[in-house]
Amino acid sequence: MSPSGSEANGISLPMPTTAPSPLALVAELTHRCPLHCVYCSNPLELESRASELSTETWSRVFKEAAEAGALQADLTGGEPLARPDIVELVRHARAVGLYVSLITSGLALDEGKLDLLVDAGLDHFQLSFQGAREETANEISGTKSHQHKLRVLEWIKRYRIGLTLNFVIHRRNIDELDEMLAMVESSLPGSVEFASVQYYGWAFVNRENLLPTRQQLDHCVERLNRAEEELRGKTRVVFVVPDYYAKYPKPCVGGWGRKIMLITPSGDALPCHAAPVIPGLKFENVKNRSLREIWERSEAFEKFRGEHWMQEPCKSCDRRTQDFGGCRCQAMLLTADPAATDPVCSLAPERPKIDAILAKTNQAQRAGSGAAPPANLLRNPHWLYRPNAV
Amino acid sequence: MSVDLNTRPRFAAGCRMAENNNQHVLLMPERALRLNGPSLEIVSRCDGQHTVAQIVGELQLLYSKAEPRKVEQDILGYLALLQKERALDFEP
Repeated sequence: MSPSGSEANGISLPMPTTAPSPLALVAELTHRCPLHCVYCSNPLELESRASELSTETWSRVFKEAAEAGALQADLTGGEPLARPDIVELVRHARAVGLYVSLITSGLALDEGKLDLLVDAGLDHFQLSFQGAREETANEISGTKSHQHKLRVLEWIKRYRIGLTLNFVIHRRNIDELDEMLAMVESSLPGSVEFASVQYYGWAFVNRENLLPTRQQLDHCVERLNRAEEELRGKTRVVFVVPDYYAKYPKPCVGGWGRKIMLITPSGDALPCHAAPVIPGLKFENVKNRSLREIWERSEAFEKFRGEHWMQEPCKSCDRRTQDFGGCRCQAMLLTADPAATDPVCSLAPERPKIDAILAKTNQAQRAGSGAAPPANLLRNPHWLYRPNAV
Repeated sequence: MSVDLNTRPRFAAGCRMAENNNQHVLLMPERALRLNGPSLEIVSRCDGQHTVAQIVGELQLLYSKAEPRKVEQDILGYLALLQKERALDFEP
């Protein structure tokens, strides 16, 4: 989008500064979810069912997203299948030309529903697994869910549809990598993601039990490098590093207000799912404003777009156009200053904080509790489980 | 991994072409690729009908001012990249 044409009919209109169109709309359809994952990225304060957007509003949002130039809609949650109108939402998103992904635990899926979703034009399933062993997966999700997910995987394979297996990895399941790869070998999805937990939301609270050790991480990287070769041409292997161990920060959301717009279940438009941790940011709601208006002009999207907000060392750093200073929400969570350099960066003045956290993790070397999980999964004293939204 | 001239490339599951604001794109899970000029000419022939050799032949005609061997090399390189990205299946 360029600021050209601002003087049509001789009237000078206030045109936006360069804000290329959003590429992906992340639609958090609901915060309801049958799983209780200890690393859930949803906020600690979940939005209620009563506050969720209607089918009609979501349909308008999809249309406006496509018109604003978005190519993809990621339907997520919570568990997007908890929406009774999910098939209709998929159909609407596809009808306006978006590439539609469903990011799901698969728990609420049966063969009939799957058939309807594919028929409605769903392009791509991203199916999550909490581990390769049933015991681990059930403990992490606080639900007996693993067996059903395996059945769902078998059903999805009957269709010619995009499939990504997603393993969220951390200290308690990273040693099951060989077994996870065996699942990949036997199902050969188009992609597999080994996504290290990122420390926001519930994961931030449970960080002490989730952060892998250096030794685990080194082994994981070495094994995944081999897997990439073994699976070449069959399954694309994606690894998301635990950024606390990285030398430079991740280009979070591809840069603030550059590529992604996230809509919460009640319609707030966020530049990043964790953005509400930043105090004083005012979010616009899709019920009151068009998507384009929000994208181009809202205070929250403008706040950290571009480079005007940067401090040293980011301000004069050659990498600022690659990683955009890292993650604003992580800067807030760990330094209390959302405009600080992401503290995972080796150049950040606050990096010693991260090093102290890593030192503690690697000294403790507790790769697993070894104790059998208690009969009631949600009473496991190791974890703070995410509750369901009401 | 090299591309076999006798195979017929087609979009892998979850991949399709689309047009938005006059820009052609190849949509893939979590990614999209802008298609312009030669890349558009190549990808729009990945229909499970054309063999790689036929795609090479047609583009050599289309870009007749370019060195034919260079055209072939570029196409094979591009197809190998798309294969690595799991955007294409190669049918016998």
